[in-house]
Amino acid sequence: MKRLRINGHEVTVKDDATILDAARQINIDIPTLCHLKIEEIGYDNKPGSCRVCIVENADTGRLVPACVTPVEEGMNINTESIQAVRARRTNVELLLSDHPNACLTCAKNTKCDLQKLAHDLGVREMKYGGEQSDYSIDKGSKSIVRDANKCILCNRCETMCTEVQTVGALSMVGRGFESYVGSAYHLPMNDTTCTFCGQCLSICPTGALTEEDNTEELWEYLADPKKFVIVQTAPAVRVALGEEFGLPAGTDVTGKMVSALRVMGFDRVFDTNYAADLTIMEEASEFIDRVENDGKLPILTSCCPGWVRFFETQFHDMLDIPSSAKSPHEMFGAVAKTYLAKQMDIDPKDIVCVSIMPCVAKKYEASRMELSVDGNPDVDLVITTRELARLIKESGIHFTHLPEEYFDNLMGESTGAGAIFGATGGVIEATLRTAHSWLTGDDLTVVEFRELQGFTGVKETSVDIAGREFKIAVCNGLGNTRKVLEALRDGDVYYDAIEVMACPGGCIGGAGQPYHHGDMSILTKRTETIHKIDRQSEIRLSHENPMIKKLYAEFLGEPYGEKAHELLHTYHKAKPTR
Amino acid sequence: MNLDFEKNAEQVASYLVFLKTLEPGTGSIIPALQDMQSRFGYIPMEMVQETAEALKVFSSQIYGVATFYAQFSMEPKGKWRFDVCLGTACYVKGAGDILKKLEDILQIKSGETSADGLYTIESCRCIGACGLAPVMTVNGKVYGKVKEDDIELIIASLKEDEDDNVE
Ligand code: SF4
Ligand code: SF4
Ligand code: SF4
Ligand code: FES
Repeated sequence: MKRLRINGHEVTVKDDATILDAARQINIDIPTLCHLKIEEIGYDNKPGSCRVCIVENADTGRLVPACVTPVEEGMNINTESIQAVRARRTNVELLLSDHPNACLTCAKNTKCDLQKLAHDLGVREMKYGGEQSDYSIDKGSKSIVRDANKCILCNRCETMCTEVQTVGALSMVGRGFESYVGSAYHLPMNDTTCTFCGQCLSICPTGALTEEDNTEELWEYLADPKKFVIVQTAPAVRVALGEEFGLPAGTDVTGKMVSALRVMGFDRVFDTNYAADLTIMEEASEFIDRVENDGKLPILTSCCPGWVRFFETQFHDMLDIPSSAKSPHEMFGAVAKTYLAKQMDIDPKDIVCVSIMPCVAKKYEASRMELSVDGNPDVDLVITTRELARLIKESGIHFTHLPEEYFDNLMGESTGAGAIFGATGGVIEATLRTAHSWLTGDDLTVVEFRELQGFTGVKETSVDIAGREFKIAVCNGLGNTRKVLEALRDGDVYYDAIEVMACPGGCIGGAGQPYHHGDMSILTKRTETIHKIDRQSEIRLSHENPMIKKLYAEFLGEPYGEKAHELLHTYHKAKPTR
Repeated sequence: MNLDFEKNAEQVASYLVFLKTLEPGTGSIIPALQDMQSRFGYIPMEMVQETAEALKVFSSQIYGVATFYAQFSMEPKGKWRFDVCLGTACYVKGAGDILKKLEDILQIKSGETSADGLYTIESCRCIGACGLAPVMTVNGKVYGKVKEDDIELIIASLKEDEDDNVE
């Protein structure tokens, strides 16, 4: 233990603590920008490059960066001296000297850490002119927009992509004034191994990395009287959307969200949770089929497009183990443009299927060729939770005053098993509930796996079903997934089923969600609400969803049967590994 | 620019052999880059990918390191590499005009390579031959007290001993 004084207050800290750690311990606020530590997911970025956290060593008069300076016994630190305050402000001013003055139209406006610092540290004029970077903006992907002109070289994205996700699509390139964070050989993101998980943009402090904006296209569809515009909302959206309207994290705003979508002019408001139940029908059937017919095990879930692209680019030898089931919102689209079209007597070409998702990878997914029929995509447009919040604001809707409404029927009913898709561990839990019930004939027991919830990178359990022991693993985050896949390839581990979600915590931590600024307690609250929705559901087994039963009886026939294969399954193919 | 595998088959093969001698890890990125640079004259994208796989690092990391150091070039260089010293001594003796003249004659800017792949112009800081200012090197061979009018002659002389090995 070491002792120091900060602004006159005595603090005792661990030996390896930095000045920043010590200050936070006694609630003294030192601004930071490049530094970000998210312990829960093993993320630690501290390049010490921005110098926004400068404090004064009162004994020596030297200015030091708090985030990377270790505490020394007996130190005397002043965070409020005029030198420290001015140095911090000057450093932000210097960052701004090569930063476009474009806040008003920036996608990060009011959510940007740099903007907030400029405000909080009292920057009132652009003091330093000088050369401005002039990079072209990479809009080549469906998911991510890269504007290196707004990059402050904090390295947060590289650390996320390389250390947490082990994708390595982004790296600091060049040197000095010419350096920026980019891909190898300036390749557009589409041509790299980027999985479009978006975790880099969820922690980028500026507008240098943002999601592709599809809101204008949505307004056009909604304004087109010939189009029948339907919308579906992913399980993770309803537990996060409220944050954008000042509600506490974890508030369940399902009813208000449905109202808002109706007010905006959607012709039908449906639920991806319904499609999650459908996914379970197919995935559980495929699982049982593999178990009973000596098929390949483990089966890996395939509902996360970030994960799908990860194995398509990096695990070419394992393309045959993930389930062939499409992701829920894609299944939804396929069913809407066939079954619903028939039921409502509408030409599928006139149906526009919009997905509200916590995810930026789903934007890319919707553009995959194999997820369309004769050029008509299953899903036409993917809108993130953040984009939806903006759309609601643009519409002038008072969100918090809205009444609670219900989803439209036919594709709006869901079970608790569908709800938990939004959090890590949920997909496999829902699958096992149904598999258990089918294999044992016991319809009453709802299998629950508390040990599969939470941020732990790889969670394991085993479950006894009809006298056979099944070994289960759940991975969240792609780096954790890589470890499991490599162990599997080397024959060091055995599992019957593995769930993978690219994002820490699962989709509740998706890159399309309200920014968490590194605070994982927000994600925990969203998760808790997801599980509450499950526990309060009348039906908690996907195969008991009456509307799903109806769909199979009237339209699809057998689960995992011919029609189901045609509409609800897809294939995966190797992608370049650059 | 793509690497011509047919023309460079030997270099590629020998590089892959060399690559096997390196320990996996980021520590081997610089030795690998140095070897590529001297073997191919630049850092070919195709080889970066091989390197990334062999060293178990990401190609973006290799690219990041390669672009950080001036000794590595990402584009193939011309057969004749002109390097004009712009250090203080050379500069006051008119190195700027020499560079300009060279650019005019070869119709490329400093840092560029001619379309026929024959010439590259670059500039450098003091090479420690200030007594000979202004100084220029062509593929490492030093030309001292260069005058503007010499340039055409130097280029012509390169064409003449086309077959000689100047390296
Ligand atoms: S989206 Fe994911 S994979 Fe792509 S660069 Fe960002 S963190 Fe890396
Ligand atoms: S793109 Fe964003 S996260 Fe990455 S270095 Fe630049 S500012 Fe930081
Ligand atoms: S975990 Fe969910 S939010 Fe994240 S990439 Fe996968 S599907 Fe998208
Ligand atoms: S936050 Fe300390 S140097 Fe950037």
